[in-house]
Amino acid sequence: MNIRKIFLNVCIFLMLSTSAVFAKTQIEWWHAFGGRLGELLDEQVQKFNASQNDYEVVHTRKGNYSETLNAGIAAFRAKQQPHLLMVFEVGTATMMAAKGAIKPVYEVMAESGLSFNADAYIPPVKGYYTTTDGKMLSLPYNSSTPVLWVNRDLMKKAGLNPDMSLATWSDVGMALDKAKSSGTSCGLTTAWQSWIHLENFSAYHNVPFASKANGFAGLDTSLSFNSALHVKHLEMMGNWAKDGKFFYAGRRNEGGANFRAGECMFFTESSAGYAGIKKEAKFDFEIRPLPYHAGTKAPQNTIIGGSSLWVMTGHSADEYKGVAAFINFLSGTDIQSKWHQDTGYLPITIAASEKTAADGFYNANPGTDIAGNQMMAKAPTENSKGLRLGSFDQIRGIIDEELEAIWTGSKSAQVAMDSAVKRGDALLRRFEKANK
Amino acid sequence: MEKKVFFRGWFLPILLLSPQLIISIIFFFYPAGQAISNSLYLPDPFGLSSEFVGLENFLFLFNDSYYLSSFVTTIFFSTSVSVLSMGLGLYFALLADRIFKGAGVYKTLLIWPYAVAPAVAGVLWMFLFSSRIGVVSWYLGLLGYDWNHALNSEEAMGLVVLASTWGRISYNFLFFLAGLQAIPKSIIEAAAIDGASFWKRFRTIVFPLLSPITFFLLVVNIVYAFFETFGVIHTITSGGPEQSTTTLVYKVYSDGFVGQDLGSSAAQSVILLVVVGLLTIIQFKYIERKVHY
Repeated sequence: MNIRKIFLNVCIFLMLSTSAVFAKTQIEWWHAFGGRLGELLDEQVQKFNASQNDYEVVHTRKGNYSETLNAGIAAFRAKQQPHLLMVFEVGTATMMAAKGAIKPVYEVMAESGLSFNADAYIPPVKGYYTTTDGKMLSLPYNSSTPVLWVNRDLMKKAGLNPDMSLATWSDVGMALDKAKSSGTSCGLTTAWQSWIHLENFSAYHNVPFASKANGFAGLDTSLSFNSALHVKHLEMMGNWAKDGKFFYAGRRNEGGANFRAGECMFFTESSAGYAGIKKEAKFDFEIRPLPYHAGTKAPQNTIIGGSSLWVMTGHSADEYKGVAAFINFLSGTDIQSKWHQDTGYLPITIAASEKTAADGFYNANPGTDIAGNQMMAKAPTENSKGLRLGSFDQIRGIIDEELEAIWTGSKSAQVAMDSAVKRGDALLRRFEKANK
Repeated sequence: MEKKVFFRGWFLPILLLSPQLIISIIFFFYPAGQAISNSLYLPDPFGLSSEFVGLENFLFLFNDSYYLSSFVTTIFFSTSVSVLSMGLGLYFALLADRIFKGAGVYKTLLIWPYAVAPAVAGVLWMFLFSSRIGVVSWYLGLLGYDWNHALNSEEAMGLVVLASTWGRISYNFLFFLAGLQAIPKSIIEAAAIDGASFWKRFRTIVFPLLSPITFFLLVVNIVYAFFETFGVIHTITSGGPEQSTTTLVYKVYSDGFVGQDLGSSAAQSVILLVVVGLLTIIQFKYIERKVHY
């Protein structure tokens, strides 16, 4: 008797609860965040779901950035695509070229009748994800920019004043000389070498990375990072590698482990390395602006890395209303400033940055505002708005290979960059042809 | 002497063959045909449009010096992995075959690594050799050797060969051990009584009797080294430094699934199909002749 009663109750409960779930319109969101970032993302989704009764956002992690993009593309081919797809900045040109697969954010918002102001986003972020006439194509989600991380304890140990200027690369060079002669095993290491030492380097020094405004003005763009200034910088780094002052740990952020372990004195890495470094570093660390070369147009502004959310085609009008509501929710100031403070990613709306300052966060965590300031320092130019290049994931692979050749000394900086430009251009021409 | 059996009509033979034929058509001929037709097109990643380009995908590949050098990389890598894993597998099998006490423990321990998925094995080895902070590379550093497989292509190649070989030794061990145990003890005892040393017995009796298994393992290991090692390569080196560990299959994967260049990826699969076809012909035509069944 009892068991039957329980069974009946369970059945009724299941029927009620499933029908309750199905009464809401489901919005699927595929993303690439695990660990702490995944928890924070889940928190945002739960908040949204609790805030209204019409829509339910369901989020799924599909692996790393590349894997998530691939999953989205494969799903689109099988007509099983989610409503929202997280795509890293490198995939932006790929998504933009896929006209039949994406629904621009400005269109989704206009149809829903909800207000959306692209100008609420800080210019370097907005510039990356808008059309040339300022219409938002995808929703900026997480953005960061490279800075210089400093191990002050190692500087002291090397007999350096940890407060010395590290504004230019020649300052850094002098510090590395001193550190080397006093026996520091790792003066400088880097993460994301192409992103920091070529892509951001170009924007920061206001020189083009590629023609046609870095690809913003058309697919018939060609690479131009083999200029004298680029070569000078890489030659300097190559010499440091040869002298054992610059330690190369890998293409992604492998060098982070060496810095956090207290082995390396300087580390060029994304500002979003903050959470990890703060948690693990057992030494006195400091954030400094990315160094530049004196006597150039630097410092202009640095550009972003990170991801944005793309709305995919093939769903009903009601579902797009839900997507619009979720976008509206995500761009709120409270959500944005909390995300910035929790993760170390940049505050991407002007209001979020003001709120974080008013909260006293920057005073309590010195240096966390440097990345934002460095990016906002000047109005972006044609060279510092961002990059919009097809097949860019592969081009980065080519750049990585050629840079490795410089670090090992098997190629000179000029030869390596000429080769990278030539090989990269071949891929750009293929992309242009495939996306006519 | 060959025996020949004749069937009347076509129906029964086709019926008997049909399960295998259907599987081959669905899982081999259809995808292979798709790959061949895709290799002549330049599609966009989303499949929204596609342009016929003839043999341009192939020309693009053969003009790329890195693609040509990945043939050499593949040959070196596959040979190293096959020879090392089969040699060590045979060595351990010979040792384990002579153990009487606690043989079960040795066998279990030797078979264990096979249970580790290639990608996981890759991550394990990557941690051990992570430059300056991995356990092994840290000890090497104490000895004055600065291990950095992110920059040194010989070290990178050595590490992916080691990681790919490690799990495979178990598999080869298992087959060799079974082969050794199937050899009648009486033959070996007779040879021993005649005064043949261990080495002579191995060379003239054991190894020839193992040849069918060795041949089988050679084919299977080359297929493994070609197609199943990309997880290891992906996790340890991602094909670097400077494409020195990019094998043909890894390039198919990275161009197709990371780079979204499906036309080039399809063209590479077609080339790979031809290469593997030729390899199989060579193996069965020339090496199998030396096998005693």
